[in-house]
Amino acid sequence: MEEKIRVLIAKPGLDGHDRGAKFIAQALRDAGMEVIYTGLRQTPASIVATAIQEDVDAIGLSILSGAHNTLLPRVAQLLKEKGAEDILLFGGGVIPAEDIPYLKEHGIKEVFTPGASSSEIIEFIRTHVRR
Amino acid sequence: MYAASATMNKDDFFLPHGKLNIRRLARFISLIEDNPEEAQADLAQVYCENHQALLLGITGPPGVGKSTLTDRLIAHYRSLDKKVAVIAVDASSPFTGGAILGDRIRMSSHATDAEVFIRSMGSRGNLGGLAPATMDVMNLLTSVGFDVVLIESVGVGQTEVDIMHLVDTVLLVLMPGLGDDVQALKAGMMEIADIFVINKADKPGAQQLQSEIAMLLSLRQERLAWTPPIVETVATEARGIEALTAAIAQHSEYLNSRHAEEKQRKRDHRFQRMVQQKILTLALHFLQDNQAYQQWAREASAAAVNPYAAMRDFENHIKLKWEV
Repeated sequence: MEEKIRVLIAKPGLDGHDRGAKFIAQALRDAGMEVIYTGLRQTPASIVATAIQEDVDAIGLSILSGAHNTLLPRVAQLLKEKGAEDILLFGGGVIPAEDIPYLKEHGIKEVFTPGASSSEIIEFIRTHVRR
Repeated sequence: MYAASATMNKDDFFLPHGKLNIRRLARFISLIEDNPEEAQADLAQVYCENHQALLLGITGPPGVGKSTLTDRLIAHYRSLDKKVAVIAVDASSPFTGGAILGDRIRMSSHATDAEVFIRSMGSRGNLGGLAPATMDVMNLLTSVGFDVVLIESVGVGQTEVDIMHLVDTVLLVLMPGLGDDVQALKAGMMEIADIFVINKADKPGAQQLQSEIAMLLSLRQERLAWTPPIVETVATEARGIEALTAAIAQHSEYLNSRHAEEKQRKRDHRFQRMVQQKILTLALHFLQDNQAYQQWAREASAAAVNPYAAMRDFENHIKLKWEV
């Protein structure tokens, strides 16, 4: 049997808009992946606990609130503390270009901003997951 | 990704100070899902009978509140200091094999509780409301010491009766306003319920639904030693959960003390299921590697023959040429 790619799509922090996250979840599903969708207002701790229990290959964090420089590196740090830094971490949402280098230095492998196509994201995941 | 070792045993799932190694457990579950054959040897090492474990199945049509109810049951068993595991099965797309698994949204208050383990599972082509790996994963979870395993099945309709063979107690969750669905349910689903749950019981029609279920139950020809109780809940407000868990405890008691043969019957079913699965796997493996079969299959499907004739031909091939 094939090894299925499992992806956690989560929204950290307090913004209440999850259309983008749902769009990506649907696109990944249509690409044959299993998507664990946890909905709004997740803490970094709950995201990391969920990722480990679900044994996901990748975590996609959707964030629109502006708190990305705090929340995304926090998830990366917790993954490392749990010995799970091999899980591919990427972000998406309204994230200013000048913040992206900082995020990439702090464990976020890629950042997708508005206008990124779903096939770009699918390709990115397929290329970079372990296995 | 997962390196199977020949010497794996139960201790490998625990950290030095005795806590469960969640990462290893979760990865082993993926191996069971992706490559069940490879996982079998380790499963045999790890498996140990856990007679104390409570195996609960939660099924019912979509949207009746199965996940919210599961969330409340987790909270209840945690308040008794039980270790709780959940297997939440959702449908995989028959077209792409992908799935969106969203049941744990309703259980997020338990996400960081170290004594709660929640695993979402795509049905991966299985009919019957469960995934191919569900039974193995359930056995794994009880073996490593979970006191309660809750299995939430795909909520699709009338065919998802597999759950009754897997768990000890099946909760069939319904809600007022399903209307004709209850009529449809009476055929297969009604018989699998050990406990009926009328969730969203604050909605109009709860009383009517209760009477309908009671009426259908009274029509049963078979005289059963256990009469399924009907429990009303409002899971979003945690109402009726005590009555529900009391009913679950009563059913466990019924299984344990008075009717051990009932429990044995379910175990026998599970065993038969494993044997059937093994036969199928072995047969498919054999055919995959068999040149003669491959060639026959190519010719048979290219010739667009009568499928009944082809099957007869196939049987003869198996008996004679392939020396099975």
